[in-house]
Amino acid sequence: MNKTITIDGKAIPFSEGQTIMQAATAADVYIPHLCHHPEFTPHGSCKLCTVKVNGRNCSACTFPAAEGQEVLNNTQELNSDRKTITQMLFVEGNHFCPSCEKTGNCQLQAVAYHLNMLDDHFPLFYAHRAMDASHPEVLIDHNRCIFCTLCVRASREHDGKDVFAISGRGINKHLIVNSASGQLKDSALDSGDKAAHICPTGAILIKHTGYQVPIGQRVYDHHQINEVSLASEHPHGE
Amino acid sequence: MTAFLQELAKTYGYQANHLLAILRAVQARYHHIPEPAIEALADLLHLPRSQIIGVIEFYSFFHLQPQGQYELLISDSITDQMLGKQALISYLAERLQVSIGTVRADGLVSLANTSCTGLCDQGPAGLVNGLPLTQLNCAKVDVMVLLINAQTPLPEWPSELFAISDNIQKTDVLLNQTITRGAALQATFARGIAATLTEIDRAGLRGRGGAGFKTAMKWRFCSEESETTRYVVCNADEGEPGTFKDRVLLNRYADQVFEGMTVCAAIIGAHQGFLYLRGEYLFLYDPLQTVLQHRREAGLLGNNILGQGIDFDIEICLGAGAYICGEESALIESLEGKMGIPRNRPPYPVTQGYLGKPTVVNNVETFLAAAAVAVQGGDWFASIGTGPSKGSKILSICGDCARPGIYEYPFGTTVQTILDGCGADDVLGVQIGGPSGTFISPQEFDRKLAFEDLATGGSFIIFNTSRNILDIANNFTHFFAHESCGFCTPCRVGTSLLKKQLDKIVDGHGSAGDVVALESLCQLVKNYSHCGLGQTAANPILTTLARYPELYQAQLKKISYEPGFDLDAALATARRMADRHDAAAHLAQIGEDYE
Repeated sequence: MNKTITIDGKAIPFSEGQTIMQAATAADVYIPHLCHHPEFTPHGSCKLCTVKVNGRNCSACTFPAAEGQEVLNNTQELNSDRKTITQMLFVEGNHFCPSCEKTGNCQLQAVAYHLNMLDDHFPLFYAHRAMDASHPEVLIDHNRCIFCTLCVRASREHDGKDVFAISGRGINKHLIVNSASGQLKDSALDSGDKAAHICPTGAILIKHTGYQVPIGQRVYDHHQINEVSLASEHPHGE
Repeated sequence: MTAFLQELAKTYGYQANHLLAILRAVQARYHHIPEPAIEALADLLHLPRSQIIGVIEFYSFFHLQPQGQYELLISDSITDQMLGKQALISYLAERLQVSIGTVRADGLVSLANTSCTGLCDQGPAGLVNGLPLTQLNCAKVDVMVLLINAQTPLPEWPSELFAISDNIQKTDVLLNQTITRGAALQATFARGIAATLTEIDRAGLRGRGGAGFKTAMKWRFCSEESETTRYVVCNADEGEPGTFKDRVLLNRYADQVFEGMTVCAAIIGAHQGFLYLRGEYLFLYDPLQTVLQHRREAGLLGNNILGQGIDFDIEICLGAGAYICGEESALIESLEGKMGIPRNRPPYPVTQGYLGKPTVVNNVETFLAAAAVAVQGGDWFASIGTGPSKGSKILSICGDCARPGIYEYPFGTTVQTILDGCGADDVLGVQIGGPSGTFISPQEFDRKLAFEDLATGGSFIIFNTSRNILDIANNFTHFFAHESCGFCTPCRVGTSLLKKQLDKIVDGHGSAGDVVALESLCQLVKNYSHCGLGQTAANPILTTLARYPELYQAQLKKISYEPGFDLDAALATARRMADRHDAAAHLAQIGEDYE
């Protein structure tokens, strides 16, 4: 493993088959991301992890590392555009952090902190989205879904269940549940499933556990997402 | 319904790959996909029901809610609008007593808009239960309303409602002398397969879909893959508004297109090919099947083609209303019976395409040209056109001109020559390459049709001086928002934001910063989107904003108070230093009136 790429001028080793994200994480370099999770097939849809590879924009989570790549990651231009993309995610859904149980533990919020997002910038869409509180243990609040598909992938790849899917096209995309009624209670979801715990926002919450950790004592109340992410996603960090 | 679905699933071998074809049949029969059908198909095809629902909700021609027994769709392309579509659909809605976007209470008829139907030279156009209606006018609407209200079956409707013209206005090297059936294959076998690939290379043939990748290189890459199951796919998902040449090529020269695909199959070693035909071209399906059957009977398809030991056949797969499926990896997903979401690349389709196998995807016109090159050799083709752009380009010309239709010109032809040829005068501008292409102004009419100058998949829309540039950009911007697949954030949210932001300006609610905000949003969508759709979705705004900044500025609301100092004058030094003299470098913030 003596092949290297450079990220922001620093030499980063990689092995054949690794993505830029994997090589970066292994070398303790944080690339902002939301739809990526090291345990699941990369998706490449949120575009927060966009880096410049030899001058061209690529998604770090899906783009293979290759000898001689010069990657730009932590630049003012990229971070500014990542902030704009985060703002897009905020205005598309209905994200009211102060009233959300996930606040302080939410990756969307934490990425926004990290990128110094101070406002929504764009007009809010005020999308009409429902809640599904039918399941005794798990709640879906569609207002907060960002279509990262982590629950879809976790259910398929880890739980072996296919409980979730993304349906629709364009701005009408929405999360659906694989049950005859369309409701979560009639699906195969168990509260112990990976899919019930993987949501980076407050769209899928475990019931009866709300506010056990007071606001102010939560993960991102005290740590930047780059530290948390590297500590938990580093291949040797656990 | 159970028996129907079982029979249907059996016809398609219970293969999930054929989900689109199966859903098309269900939609045609029940005018929606009923919930019990979803449950039954999930069982029969061993698919999660959520995946079937995902597909239904992705494609415009599938519906979870019942549509009318007569499903009427009217093309909302800019060219249809220029031919009076808006008044026509209003008249239709009034006569049928149904609001646009709804089903009439008795369930007999539904009416909605649809993206460009590829009949731009004979609009306003529409579809009734998937079949094209052309040159619509009030008299035809009156006839249709009577037929619908009398519940007359479509086969009994007067054929003139469905009449389609090829409108071939000008031919050149390719269309002057089309090949005789089998000639390209005979030439290929006589010359040798490897030598034929060399001829295609020598011809300098590049993909006709617009991107212009070298055809011989693509075929060679695919043939060199270690995986030996390989596929040939012809992209006939001609969805770019203003494009309709593939419709004509498949109506008139299908044999040559299939022959080009078969030559490709011989070269890359494929046994199976697909023609992915956009759903709007349903009317071509049966005639194309007949052409395929004739080719099988002539020994040009099937086992042991021309006794050369090569086996190859072609299947036709219909789309279901999704512009994004023209993107090759989305098209492959759709062929596999899935939502048309572009894949992450690499791997590219030549390495991992259909079912993960090496796949060549080329445009209809590319295969047509490849067959001609196989017969006539590469030098003949390379002698035409410009250095980097060999051969000719077949254009779909529509909009404000005397003779819309199909034109073939050698690469290197100027826009002015083309405009003169189709009888266009008083021209305000031309949209080249469709909404995803470029809007050019009269100062640029000496520019050339070529990959190195004005690349186009074939769309050439002409606007005369009575047209409003902002209306055009707005129509295209709405189109992209409607057609975004929604996979990535910049395109899913960005195209909707572009729509809102442009609407704000067009409707006269924009103020000084709004054009700047619009432009920076354009850049983000262009630079960060996952695929070509998002990367070009801002082009209608960017290309018109670069040429007519004053039109955008003129829409901005006059600010109603007198500021303490003249901001515009204060910028004079900055403008001088930046060498900016354009309107976007001025801030007109002093309003004359107060509301």
